[in-house]
Amino acid sequence: MSGNRQSTRRIFLKAASSAAVTGTVYRVMLQPLHATPATLNSAIRNLVGEAPLRTGRVKLDIPPLVENGNTVPMTVSVTSPMTVDDYVRSIHVFNEKNPQPHIGNFHLGPAAGRAQVSTRIRLADSQKVVAVAQMSDGSFWSASVDVVVTLAACTEEL
Amino acid sequence: MRAIGAIIAALLLTIAQAGEIAHDQRRSGYSFMAPDTKAMQDDDTSNPGMLWVLDGEALWTKRIGAADKACADCHGDAAASMKGVAARYPAFDKALGRPVDLEQRINLCRTEHQQAPPLDYEGHDLLALTALIAHQSRGMPIAPADDPQLEPFLAEGRALFMQRQGQLNLACTNCHDDNWDKHLAGSAITQGQPTGYPMYRLEWQTLGSLQRRLRGCMTGIRAQAFSYGAPELVELELYLRSRAAGMPVETPAVRP
Amino acid sequence: MASALINVPRRAKRGDIVELRALTSHIMETGYRRTAAGEVIPRDIITSFTCRYNGREIFRADLFPAISANPYLSFFTTATESGTFAFEWIGDNGFSQTASAAITVE
Repeated sequence: MSGNRQSTRRIFLKAASSAAVTGTVYRVMLQPLHATPATLNSAIRNLVGEAPLRTGRVKLDIPPLVENGNTVPMTVSVTSPMTVDDYVRSIHVFNEKNPQPHIGNFHLGPAAGRAQVSTRIRLADSQKVVAVAQMSDGSFWSASVDVVVTLAACTEEL
Repeated sequence: MRAIGAIIAALLLTIAQAGEIAHDQRRSGYSFMAPDTKAMQDDDTSNPGMLWVLDGEALWTKRIGAADKACADCHGDAAASMKGVAARYPAFDKALGRPVDLEQRINLCRTEHQQAPPLDYEGHDLLALTALIAHQSRGMPIAPADDPQLEPFLAEGRALFMQRQGQLNLACTNCHDDNWDKHLAGSAITQGQPTGYPMYRLEWQTLGSLQRRLRGCMTGIRAQAFSYGAPELVELELYLRSRAAGMPVETPAVRP
Repeated sequence: MASALINVPRRAKRGDIVELRALTSHIMETGYRRTAAGEVIPRDIITSFTCRYNGREIFRADLFPAISANPYLSFFTTATESGTFAFEWIGDNGFSQTASAAITVE
């Protein structure tokens, strides 16, 4: 298998230039994050700020072994009554090893009825995918999934 | 001694023309896929290949060329006139004296009847038109024409399928007849049945033709791939179609 | 030639939660690929997708290069009144595309 194919998959971001990587112990979190690269942590922190990040209520549906890393079906859903008083404001999906940490942000509201979004994503390598939901009361909930991504057996001349 | 005997036996097996898949054991590439990928193909509103079929519908009625004609001007409604056409391609072209595939047939129509320049292989417009036409045969069995004029080309296609080539010295048959349902790295080895072309390949993130797939395989075994439109690729397709005869057309298929 | 495939139920009962699906053709060039000569192919992606129901925004997505080519989105809304869903895709290099679908709510 050639190692030189023209593909985003092998080009990793060398350094997160703006991430402040010192002191990334989240004192206010109720559950510690798994060990992740700094950019992923920093992207999540940009969203969550000082607020606690709870695990639960969010379900991230990705095949544990993908058919092809270029197009991976993903469904993220959040348990919520979706009423005017208690709904999911937004869902943010992050990744660990792509060139940049964001996958997509999805903005909902009480009219959604069901807090569930499906799309197809690119995953550069076997990695962790994290979904963070922000509720109407300002609280943050998250879930993460480890996905195995293999490269296709044969490369193609472009 | 026993080892040498086993090696000789293995070599003889691969040289021999046995090893073709039994008729009732033939499986579409669809059956090798994960449920999520199958779901992508099953729903026309989530199958990305259908975007090209839609574009093909628009192109079908567009007047082009010095003759200022649209496909529809001669062929009417594609859903009616093109039904079953793709299922019997490649077909023998009397003027050229050889088989042509669907893409070449479209280009022959463009140059001869619309007086327009031919479209490039893997270009958006040719893919859209091919997808539209092949889609009209969806669900119908692949039915290569029982034309004696095709026989020498069919034999050539078969020889190409059995011919070892490239740095890896592999023939199509070595994987797709002898080792299907095993895995090559993380990918399932299918039987190589061309039931869904042009198809949306997740690896390409776009629709592509059978010729693109064949060229990709040849590059994969480190052989010099035939050029787009080469007669060898049409002969190979002719053989692959006869090998898949009776299997339903799935265009536009989704594959990993 | 960009096209879009929209899947919206044609009719629904008031209060039903309905699924909407939108699929559009776009290369979603990541900006991380290089040509054979080594030059970076510039980013060209859809950055934003919005769905409005009779003018009111019901769903919005910020998309990044990690979204596959020919982006597909499925989301939900509560059927409240008959009318139109308006879909809009906005992206790099001035990309802008719209589509719409009608729904009858009884």
